[in-house]
Amino acid sequence: MAFVNWLKRHLVVIAGLLTLGYLLLPNVVVTVFSFNNPKGRFNYEWQEFSTEAWRDPCGVSGLCGSLTLSLQIALWAMLGATLLGTMIAFALVRYRFRARSAVNSLIFLPMAMPEVVMAASLLTLFLNMGAQLGFWTILIAHIMFCLSFVVVAVKARVMSMDPRLEQAAQDLYAGPFQTFVRVTLPIAAPGIAAGALLAFALSFDDFIITNFNAGSTVTFPMFVWGSAQRGTPVQINVIGTAMFVIAVLLVLVSMAVGRRRNRQKA
Amino acid sequence: MATVTEAPPLAPAPEGKPPRRRGRWTPYLLLLPGLLWLVVFFALPVIYQASTSVQTGSLEEGYEVTWHFATYWDALSEYWPQFVRSVLYAASATVLCLLLGYPLAYLIAFRAGRWRNLIMILVIAPFFTSFLIRTLAWKTILADGGPVVGALDALHVLDVTAWLGWTAGDRVLATPLAVVCGLTYNFLPFMVLPLYTSLERIDPRLHEAANDLYARPSTTFRKVTFPLSMPGVVSGTLLTFIPATGDYVNADLLGSTDTRMVGNVIQSQFLRILDYPTAAALSFILMAAILIMVTLYIRKSGTEDLV
Repeated sequence: MAFVNWLKRHLVVIAGLLTLGYLLLPNVVVTVFSFNNPKGRFNYEWQEFSTEAWRDPCGVSGLCGSLTLSLQIALWAMLGATLLGTMIAFALVRYRFRARSAVNSLIFLPMAMPEVVMAASLLTLFLNMGAQLGFWTILIAHIMFCLSFVVVAVKARVMSMDPRLEQAAQDLYAGPFQTFVRVTLPIAAPGIAAGALLAFALSFDDFIITNFNAGSTVTFPMFVWGSAQRGTPVQINVIGTAMFVIAVLLVLVSMAVGRRRNRQKA
Repeated sequence: MATVTEAPPLAPAPEGKPPRRRGRWTPYLLLLPGLLWLVVFFALPVIYQASTSVQTGSLEEGYEVTWHFATYWDALSEYWPQFVRSVLYAASATVLCLLLGYPLAYLIAFRAGRWRNLIMILVIAPFFTSFLIRTLAWKTILADGGPVVGALDALHVLDVTAWLGWTAGDRVLATPLAVVCGLTYNFLPFMVLPLYTSLERIDPRLHEAANDLYARPSTTFRKVTFPLSMPGVVSGTLLTFIPATGDYVNADLLGSTDTRMVGNVIQSQFLRILDYPTAAALSFILMAAILIMVTLYIRKSGTEDLV
């Protein structure tokens, strides 16, 4: 009876933790199988412990090339989408103009459409234009679908900003440029950073849109897709584990730095 | 997510019109490059696709617009099972995401205490491992004769699911159950994050008030917490359902030819069979179907200010 009562009281916590386990289980499997030494072409069954793949992550032809390409595309897509998206966000929050609601729906639609539809329609455009599929078509597509997410992230931050701070700067004889660089930009920075990070992650991980518009160019997700048909090298799990660990470490470090800065301020 | 730099607390911004700026053209200049990008690479392609869907011809001889609407009819009559399947799978995954995601979002918002940031990181961090790698990991988890399948078999769950047609024999891989499991897994964070955002906004004093008025915890949840979390439920279900309907990765990696969704058909028509008019028609039907379903859903749930 005591146990039933305990269970009742902690039902939400138990259910929540079980869901968290469901979310993390594949990451555990990816990590464990990065130390596997598979007998066949596929790395789905545990055979024996080995650190070989960790010692030579680039040992599979094409893997590290695709990784570099994905990083490059993600970086350029992040820069492009962040620049264009931040400008749109400022215009939407700071100005009244005609066609605002039309602009808002044009921003919303790419997020509300299944990726496969966007991918297919973009491909028909490129085919009609006779464009050469490859690096540039991938980059164009990635900037397109990251743009809306940046707008949303920056808009949220700029909206909560007090416009009187800028008026104060102007009262203190700061020029428009000075006001923007010294006041507006620093306050909007966390929103812009969040948007940029989101764009980078979305671009780096995108498969569906890239699959349609890449031609014979192979990004990292496309390399993984191809290996799912031909045979999955252990190195893929090594890269996956490393990405997870790096992400967690970066967040922990940024939290520690933020906490220290807050303490110094206080 | 932890923000590194926190701005100093601000006085609430005055209501009303934003401050007037110099130059009537400034907003248009700010909008121009980004909007041009969206018009040329998002809106224009949709129009191109509409025109492709009514073309006839062949790859060798070229295509011509002949207003051949029969393509739509042919595509629908041949691939309606895949359409129905997509909606069914996506709807099941969305319901499962809501059932699984709600306790987790609730836990983070109200019960996590000092563990809140850590749990938040653990929800977001898997995003950084490519979702294809994580989906492939489900092949290992659900492997034939593996521990999960063994346990389900021992509990006679597989007998029930096989009777329902969700699994086949003593395997889970290559069945609808595996595809729905993968879809649920892949889109779960898109459910948890909006739910958490709307739960976190609830004033905890409302819970205390309900408690003071002798409401049992279940009543408090039913009458206070859940209604106030509706914006999160609506945006979470949309963020899960829409991408899940168009997904073809889970059906391809975890399913079989019997679990093909409409995304798989569009992908193979476009990239393998190279029948562009049929592919364009299918993709157009999918887009229209989703727009209609989403509009009806938003109307019905009564929250139109989602954007």
